[in-house]
Amino acid sequence: MTGFFRLYARSPSALVGLVLLLLVIAMALTAGLFFPKNPLALAGPPLLWPFQDAHLWLGTDNSGRDIAAQIFHGARISLLIGLAAMALAITIGIILGALAGFYGGIADDILMRITEAFQTLPNFLLLLMLVAVFGSTLTTVTIAIGLVSWQAPARLTRAEFLSLRTREFIQAGRTIGLGDATLIFREILPNALPPVIVYASVVMAVAILLESALAFLNLSDPNVASWGNLIGLGRAVLRTAWYVSAIPGIAILITVLAVSLVGQGLNDALNPRLRGR
Amino acid sequence: MSTTLAIENLSVALPQGADRALALEGVSLTLRQEEILCVVGESGSGKSMTANAIMRLLPIGVGVAGGAIRFEGRDLLALPEAEMRHLRGSRIAMVFQEPMTALNPLRSIGDQIGETFRTHTSLGRAEIERRVLGHLEEVRLPDPRSAARAYPHELSGGQRQRAMIAMALALEPTVLIADEPTTALDVTTQAQILHLIRDLQRKKGTAVLFITHDFGVVGEIADRVAVMQNGRLVEEGRAADVLDRPSHAYTRMLLAAVPPLAAPPARPVSAETALNIDGVSKTYQTRGSGLRKRSTLALDNVTLSLPKGSTLGIVGESGSGKSTLAKCLVRLLTPDTGAIRMNDVDLAHLSRREAKQATARIQMVFQDPYGSLNPRRRAGELVAQGPIAHGIAPEDARARAKSLFALVGLDPTATERFPHEFSGGQRQRIGLARALALEPQILVADEPVSSLDVSVQAQVLELLKQLRARLGLSMVFITHDLRVAAQICDRVAVMKDGRVVEEGLAADVFSAPRHAYTQALIEAIPRRRQPLF
Repeated sequence: MTGFFRLYARSPSALVGLVLLLLVIAMALTAGLFFPKNPLALAGPPLLWPFQDAHLWLGTDNSGRDIAAQIFHGARISLLIGLAAMALAITIGIILGALAGFYGGIADDILMRITEAFQTLPNFLLLLMLVAVFGSTLTTVTIAIGLVSWQAPARLTRAEFLSLRTREFIQAGRTIGLGDATLIFREILPNALPPVIVYASVVMAVAILLESALAFLNLSDPNVASWGNLIGLGRAVLRTAWYVSAIPGIAILITVLAVSLVGQGLNDALNPRLRGR
Repeated sequence: MSTTLAIENLSVALPQGADRALALEGVSLTLRQEEILCVVGESGSGKSMTANAIMRLLPIGVGVAGGAIRFEGRDLLALPEAEMRHLRGSRIAMVFQEPMTALNPLRSIGDQIGETFRTHTSLGRAEIERRVLGHLEEVRLPDPRSAARAYPHELSGGQRQRAMIAMALALEPTVLIADEPTTALDVTTQAQILHLIRDLQRKKGTAVLFITHDFGVVGEIADRVAVMQNGRLVEEGRAADVLDRPSHAYTRMLLAAVPPLAAPPARPVSAETALNIDGVSKTYQTRGSGLRKRSTLALDNVTLSLPKGSTLGIVGESGSGKSTLAKCLVRLLTPDTGAIRMNDVDLAHLSRREAKQATARIQMVFQDPYGSLNPRRRAGELVAQGPIAHGIAPEDARARAKSLFALVGLDPTATERFPHEFSGGQRQRIGLARALALEPQILVADEPVSSLDVSVQAQVLELLKQLRARLGLSMVFITHDLRVAAQICDRVAVMKDGRVVEEGLAADVFSAPRHAYTQALIEAIPRRRQPLF
């Protein structure tokens, strides 16, 4: 494990990504400590600019709510949605991709046509439709984002399985009588996982962005303090009080950047061909 | 004869953390005009590194630590990159082991050979085309015109290597470096390519640095020999001297490890049969519809029997169907027709569930010591997996794995290590332990020693012989290497295009082959012909 970290830490940008991500996680963890009150409660005069008031150091939004509190609590929401949606998308993707790649033939044809059917629809439109039909609570939004993001991980897993299943160690596993489930999940999957793990960071970054985009259109859960909601709110006063949108925008930028940099770092560390460069 | 290329006290440093500090240590070699110098050694001896150092094509992180490479009065190591680029291809050319990966798959052969002329000369298009055809003719490609238009995948392995040689010799270089150019080829093709290289070398007076691990090839082609071990040159001299009177202990060990072609006298074998292969056929169908659907007959009515406690060798070149047969035996493939009987059970017609039980009695050892072990599992687990899948308690299976490690000559405490921590020969022992863990009656070994160095090869073959006697195993031994087959097989079947063309006692097949193809195979094995001088 320490060896892996040393490999990872060789890239400065990967380290920066990790530090930023830890910072966002720290914000999420300490939100209750620094801002014990409901972040959506009124805290002061509306549209107070940042650094005017020591207690409301990031200012207030159009209805007088503390922006700093919303940013800290929003970190929880964004990370939660990102992680949960990624976990869902990766799970679906791995299962479908593994089955398609391992069995090939008709199973592959059917599963891949389904994947392509999903891929031909722009995923944001599909997301809008799902949210319109099932409502926009935090849970449904998260599940909906997961449901529109599994296609690429599925194709990636399938490609890995297609090449790994013909390898000699899999044939060896068959000759000693291992069952299909063992071959798929214990023999092939651990070998297929590194590129999928790396791609998971992309899925997570996109999930955070999708939620913000929904919130911007007032289609995300209005009862939680999410960064997207704050941006959506700031839209009305963009000309006079741009900071209301800009501050959560920067928070999203940093989080997505951090997740992407960590993903890139993992890719470099997990890919043996890049070692020694 | 005057010296063309002189390597003087060359040292090459490996990056930190490699298994040794220097890939080459004080190597001095001279390549004279109009001679073939063979550099021999086992894997890791630094023979390819020497070639790469001459071409200045060392891998990233590897650098020259000292010495000089003199060529036409200049030190290649001190030459600016632009001049070096000019020398490569025009004055010093190189042929690689695997022509499929050395050629660009998206461009035609003629185009790629023509590129050498376009890069290094100012000839016109028509003239280049004429010369390309001339060179393709010189390397004896049938129908040079269509070969020039062909893409690499449309040619066979031997034809691709001919095209590579045509490309390397296009500008009549003074030095040709050939890095294991025949290792990936079948034995009959290898013989043709060796002849071709020698003929062209004589005709053009090129100096050839020929890198190989195979003493048969050395005997066939070398004027002089240099033997390398662990990055050092241990012996150098005229081929006849080194092969007949090796002065260094390592050379003697390598030469002794080369198996003789003659089979030992036949052992008495049991009259009972362990395995009966009866009229087995297998056709591969490529996916596609209508006219694009193609089928290849990989096994054509193969009938063989394996006496109990003996070894049946199946020899043949690539595409002969020998590996398909192995896969049918362990039911990785299901034959289309025919029966494979073991203890009166027809393995070919069992359901998957029944086959799982039955194939525990017939186990396989694979060719690739790197690819046949899951890199993410510990060695002990790999061995214990089979028994666990067949319902044995995990603790018992792990204990058995340890005793199997001892049986195949590995340290029983090494079960906790991962495959990459073992050498190639040790990995092949792990694969063997895995197959033996299910206590099979029959072992199917598919080229089990082909990717091992010759000294390790001898050890693994010896181990197989011991286990055969100790465990009463019957073995099906698949190989392309007739020398190896002669060492271990009681009976030998020769396959060609999916058919068994000859079958009999090993001693008979090797001393008096009946079929023309067997004769051709034996004749093609590289070895010393006549005294060279």
